[in-house]
Amino acid sequence: MEDRIAAYITRTREKALEQARAVDRQIRNGEKISPLAGIPVAVKDNICTDGILTTAASRMLAGFVPPYSATVVKRLEAAGATLPGKTNLDEFAMGSSTENSAFFTTRNPWDTGRVPGGSSGGSAAAVACGEAVCALGSDTGGSIRLPASFCGVIGFKPTYGAVSRYGLIAFASSLDQIGPFSRDVTDCALLLNAICGHDPLDSTSARFDVPDFTRFLVNDIRGMKIGVPEEYMAEGINSGVREVVVKAIALLESLGASVEYTNLPHTEYALSTYYLIAPAEASSNLARYDGVRYGFRAAKTSDVMDMFMKTRSQGFGAEVKRRIMLGTYALSAGYYDAYYLKALKVRTLIKEDFDRAFEKYDLLVSPVSPTTAFRCGEKTGDPLEMYLSDICTISLNLAGIPGMSIPCGFVEGMPVGLQLMGKHFDEGTLLRAAYTFEQNSDYHRAFPVL
Amino acid sequence: MTNYETVIGLEVHVELKTRSKIFCDSTTEFGGEPNTHVCPVCLGLPGVLPVVNKTVVEYAIRAALALNCQIAGFSKFDRKNYYYPDMPKNYQISQYDLPIAGHGYLDIDVNNEVRRIGITRLHMEEDTGKLVHQGTITTTPYSLVDYNRAGVPLVEIVSGPDLRSPEEARVYMEKLKTIIQYTGVSDCKMEEGSLRCDANISIRPVGSEQFGTKTEIKNLNSFKALYRALSYEVERQTGVLNKGGRIVQETRTWDEREGVTLPLRSKEYAHDYRYFPDPDLVPMIIDPEWVEDIRRSLPELPDALRERYMQEYGLPGYDAGILTSTKELADFFESCVSAYPNPKAVSNWMMGDLSRLLNAGGVELTACKIKPAQLASLLQLMDEGIISGRIAKTVFEEMFASGKDPGDIVKEKGLVQISDKSAIMAVVEDVLAKNPKSAADFRAGKERALGFLVGQVMKTTRGKANPELVDKLLKEKLLQEKL
Repeated sequence: MEDRIAAYITRTREKALEQARAVDRQIRNGEKISPLAGIPVAVKDNICTDGILTTAASRMLAGFVPPYSATVVKRLEAAGATLPGKTNLDEFAMGSSTENSAFFTTRNPWDTGRVPGGSSGGSAAAVACGEAVCALGSDTGGSIRLPASFCGVIGFKPTYGAVSRYGLIAFASSLDQIGPFSRDVTDCALLLNAICGHDPLDSTSARFDVPDFTRFLVNDIRGMKIGVPEEYMAEGINSGVREVVVKAIALLESLGASVEYTNLPHTEYALSTYYLIAPAEASSNLARYDGVRYGFRAAKTSDVMDMFMKTRSQGFGAEVKRRIMLGTYALSAGYYDAYYLKALKVRTLIKEDFDRAFEKYDLLVSPVSPTTAFRCGEKTGDPLEMYLSDICTISLNLAGIPGMSIPCGFVEGMPVGLQLMGKHFDEGTLLRAAYTFEQNSDYHRAFPVL
Repeated sequence: MTNYETVIGLEVHVELKTRSKIFCDSTTEFGGEPNTHVCPVCLGLPGVLPVVNKTVVEYAIRAALALNCQIAGFSKFDRKNYYYPDMPKNYQISQYDLPIAGHGYLDIDVNNEVRRIGITRLHMEEDTGKLVHQGTITTTPYSLVDYNRAGVPLVEIVSGPDLRSPEEARVYMEKLKTIIQYTGVSDCKMEEGSLRCDANISIRPVGSEQFGTKTEIKNLNSFKALYRALSYEVERQTGVLNKGGRIVQETRTWDEREGVTLPLRSKEYAHDYRYFPDPDLVPMIIDPEWVEDIRRSLPELPDALRERYMQEYGLPGYDAGILTSTKELADFFESCVSAYPNPKAVSNWMMGDLSRLLNAGGVELTACKIKPAQLASLLQLMDEGIISGRIAKTVFEEMFASGKDPGDIVKEKGLVQISDKSAIMAVVEDVLAKNPKSAADFRAGKERALGFLVGQVMKTTRGKANPELVDKLLKEKLLQEKL
């Protein structure tokens, strides 16, 4: 299976078996075990694992073994989950297809000629084809939801601040958020239970009362007010996808929700706003990869500046370099106000769009992506075309709100994801809607034939 | 020829002596094997995040209040981006447009005139690591990096362009050091780099309102270097302008050995630091009540203390100034006075013998073996007549050398003063018998002869005789025999 899908950069069979044996002992001793005990949860390879290679799919970190584990990894370990391996991604989580991985492209289990989406393509594919029961990914502009949608699994991006980022190799700090992949909503809730909550090692992690997310697994959305932003259903959305999503929305309505079309008027600025803020932060976050302390260092350099330049020229892939240059430019003297500062202001407007919408609605729904999974190589020549895959997902990261992709149908045999969007820290409403949808549909039961 | 006025502003970096670093829990201890006081966070490993040390904010506020600054209600950290191998992340977490404090001042005394120097801003930032070159920076085949210092908390204190001479700059720097030491937030050891200074300097025709083109001088590692470098720079800039040249805006380094400033890099290659708010750190809202708590906990600062020494203890302004010039001196003085409530006597010993011995031995007060309580008991021994003032000086030197208690030294060396009248009289009679000529001289009116005779008595008793008694008995005896 792995030969055809290539979901993992590193497989940690021995570690998983060792963890599983520990759970076996607990069971034999009659100890109480957590719902995740012994469950294989794959981890995206931009999340640090103590003593286990963590590459961010970059040549720059091809040999990097962290001396510490991310907070989420520690929490999964504490819950008894086992680690089957570290999954492939677009280099430093920059991309929408995993084609930007410095090592190889992960294949979509529904059609191995197609991409799994990105950047958490490895995690999505591993869960879709059963190589892992669940997985963790990270989502900066759609990197959990898009591959979940392309691979027909559940993907959840929690509210910014709900899950600790400590140990997540930063792409864009104000947008990055770790979240789970699973095959059903119940597992998603269990994973959220394990990973959510304040972390003193992350200043941006929120102090909030973490609910038991399984109490939202209720098959009832009667009276739920759902808004459908028109901007997310407009031209550019593939007609097949739109049809499937419209049908899914009709199902929600038939289950007792009230549905209305609404507007998020600043949506058209989201992509450009995102492509100023995310690269700006990335240009600074990725400055540390210079060959001095760890990771790749270019050979045959004449002095320290030469070493920096050659290391970074050779160590980073094209998309990463493109974004570093974009971001450096946006922050440069004389351009900061026009680009970065302006983008921050528009970001506030986008957030206010959502605030206004959530005065009226409990939930917003839309497609996750304008298309289903595209063919490998189809968009690699045109970065802008690739960026458009995230047109429906990036606004949520800018606003910091939670978003979820649930399987809602197929177009020509390829899965389509329905995006649920909620208020800050209202993960519960998303889970309730997703669970109700799931209990009244069969899409999550479909399994790719390989 | 034009007369020029000098304009100087100082940027001073002060290392805060918190136990742990500014964004992680690694120790801030100075020294240590290279790269042992580090953790994933201060090494900037992939995935780590900073968390601000609250004590750093407290110390920054403490320093700022002592410099009469206003504390911001809202403050944030920014990233200063530039590439250098001593920087683990290739950006420094600093503060840009919303520093923790600003709008303060510091009063300095120059030529008996009080000058108020503005403190433009005070902000927090992390220190960098240190490059260890193999030889000199220009010839080294490779360099090693020690990150022990990376992430040690700093405050940068920026003065206004208010200093008008190298002398004022030096006095400002010394006063700043004293005040910061008083607040207890830093050791301010220039030799360990916990106090560092860069200077911006320009000159302009006297009477001009516009600033001239400035140069920035780095590598000022001592007060002397600061003074010498700035004096050199004033002359250099004056020379350039007088020859019709123009000053190039550039960074220059002070070459201690040659006694010159040399260009380091010109502003054409100036960095664009691309400051932006650090998205890993949330902005800080400073509780005014917390600020007031910190204000209340500040010790008496040197200006107020000096005033009190003059009013309460009746010390001369000069003495009070010296005794309050460092926190260590003032603390030493206060603990002496609390054990021996004669401030003037304590002051005299500190200003006299103590400072003479410290200077001669090149010893810091903190390393001085004499403890305040010991000086107090020495003064006590004198008051009780157990030792003479003369012996006290000998005992003091011994105390300085060995750190022993004065009582023990007096006992060990048998230095107890002889105040037994009959014992002294015996010596007096003996001396007079052996020196009839001097006795005759005195009787003939030569007062000076008495000194010689006193000396002889002291010599015979190895200095232990009570000098007043010797004087009295000698006179008695001489006058008696005259009759």
